[in-house]
Amino acid sequence: MDQLISAILIGLSQGAIYSLMALALVLVFRSTRVINFAQAGQAVVSTYIGWEVVTRTGNYWLALPIAAIAGAIVGAAVESFLMRPLSKRASKGAIAPVASVILTLGLLGVLHSGAAIIWKGDQKLLESPVSAMGITVGETVYPFSQTDFLIIGTALLVMLTFSFIFQKTNLGLALRASAFQPEIARLSGVRVDRIRAIGWAFAGAAGAIAGVLVTPGSALSPNSLDLLLVFGFVAAVIGGLESLIGAALGGILLGLTLSFVGLYIGTSLTFVVPFVILILVLLIKPSGLIGGRKSRNA
Amino acid sequence: MNGLVVSGFSVDHGAIRAIDSLSFTVTAGQLAAVIGANGSGKTTLLRSLSGLKAPTTGQATWQGISLLGKKPEELARQGVLHVSDGKSVIPELTVKENLALGGIWRRDKKDVAAATAEVIDLFPRLGERMSQSADTLSGGERQMLAIGRALVSRPKLLLLDEPSLGLAPLVIEQIFQTINDLRHKLGLTVVIVEQNAMSALRIADIGVIMNLGKLVAEGRAKDLMNDPALRAAYLGY
Repeated sequence: MDQLISAILIGLSQGAIYSLMALALVLVFRSTRVINFAQAGQAVVSTYIGWEVVTRTGNYWLALPIAAIAGAIVGAAVESFLMRPLSKRASKGAIAPVASVILTLGLLGVLHSGAAIIWKGDQKLLESPVSAMGITVGETVYPFSQTDFLIIGTALLVMLTFSFIFQKTNLGLALRASAFQPEIARLSGVRVDRIRAIGWAFAGAAGAIAGVLVTPGSALSPNSLDLLLVFGFVAAVIGGLESLIGAALGGILLGLTLSFVGLYIGTSLTFVVPFVILILVLLIKPSGLIGGRKSRNA
Repeated sequence: MNGLVVSGFSVDHGAIRAIDSLSFTVTAGQLAAVIGANGSGKTTLLRSLSGLKAPTTGQATWQGISLLGKKPEELARQGVLHVSDGKSVIPELTVKENLALGGIWRRDKKDVAAATAEVIDLFPRLGERMSQSADTLSGGERQMLAIGRALVSRPKLLLLDEPSLGLAPLVIEQIFQTINDLRHKLGLTVVIVEQNAMSALRIADIGVIMNLGKLVAEGRAKDLMNDPALRAAYLGY
């Protein structure tokens, strides 16, 4: 029983981070049809900025919002200065459908090496502000910590904020309209280019928060968030790639699955399982387990 | 020059000339029907006037100001509203959200509320379906929603692309009647692009007949309707 609760809580905490990365990918994909491989690079640069804040001020609570803002600025800049001109210049020929993906791969390389030049390749530690030790209840030590609760709480807060913005505000309406039918949105007076940059900014912030949350569990290096990007993709695909709710649930589902596999079968499988899930979902239900047309509403 | 003035207007789709040196004038407050078969360049004309496509040569002005080189969203904010072909609504959004879209950028929120109330008054069926998603609406209701959304933006020049497309005859009559009432009530200038020549010309002040991108005839709608040669060749009745 204790083992089951532990598996669920660890699954939720890891899954919450995958959800955030999946949200970042889905936000970009559904508004601009771009699979953004550079998201890992954008997130790692933002996390380094968060690390700088912690190093200078010792305050993780300050690092979290600053990294998110940095991530938002980077995201908006990538859309405004790279993706938008690209969609105009590379709109014809064989390159047109893949130009954006190739650009994000190139950008990922630039951000990786840029981070390595600025912050060197060595591993940096980003301490959690709360205990990362297992919680002790009575005589039992559980494998989940206060840090796990911090992760779950922060991710939940981010998701609720996003959900409020998307469903209840004019900005959210403009974001959805621009994603679903950009031409009709334009004809209704919505400044779609600006709204897209804001969508990329939200994505950048979500990726940055994922980076700052996941890093205390391991260490920070230029490539340290690449695996998170992959897990984010798996979660996004499980969720149907277009749904924000799907992305959130996909992340949680992946986190729980990995946690259960690790606990009951063996940790040696945790690296292969996400990829098997990815392939199975694509082959059996490519629209996503939670996806489908309806999911675009959320 | 008041109203909409199109002169020497040519638009190309790659190597194909979709519109060939077209010129016509719609005085402010008038309703113009642009009539032509499929492929005559009608839709391209509206897309070029609303900023979705750039013409190759020519001019288009509205109340003396050029429409060209501006983004569709900026033109919409200046009162040039294009309701694109058929059912220009966003199916993933609710009826309420579709209507709201026409006003989210407007400063005068009071007037947005007033305009929305007027639309619901005009189309009570939309009022009954406010929280439904737009893809549950019938074709006629979608057309009402598309026009309603444009009205929330307080248009001055309304560009309507085939409002009759895919609708039953009775619904078509209703929609055209509503458009006619609206433009008298609100003093709108309207350009309707239509294959359904009869319904459109009946409410129009002037008619513009196009064929394969070229102007065939331009004049008072009544005169065009009564011209036996035009009727036989282009109006189809």
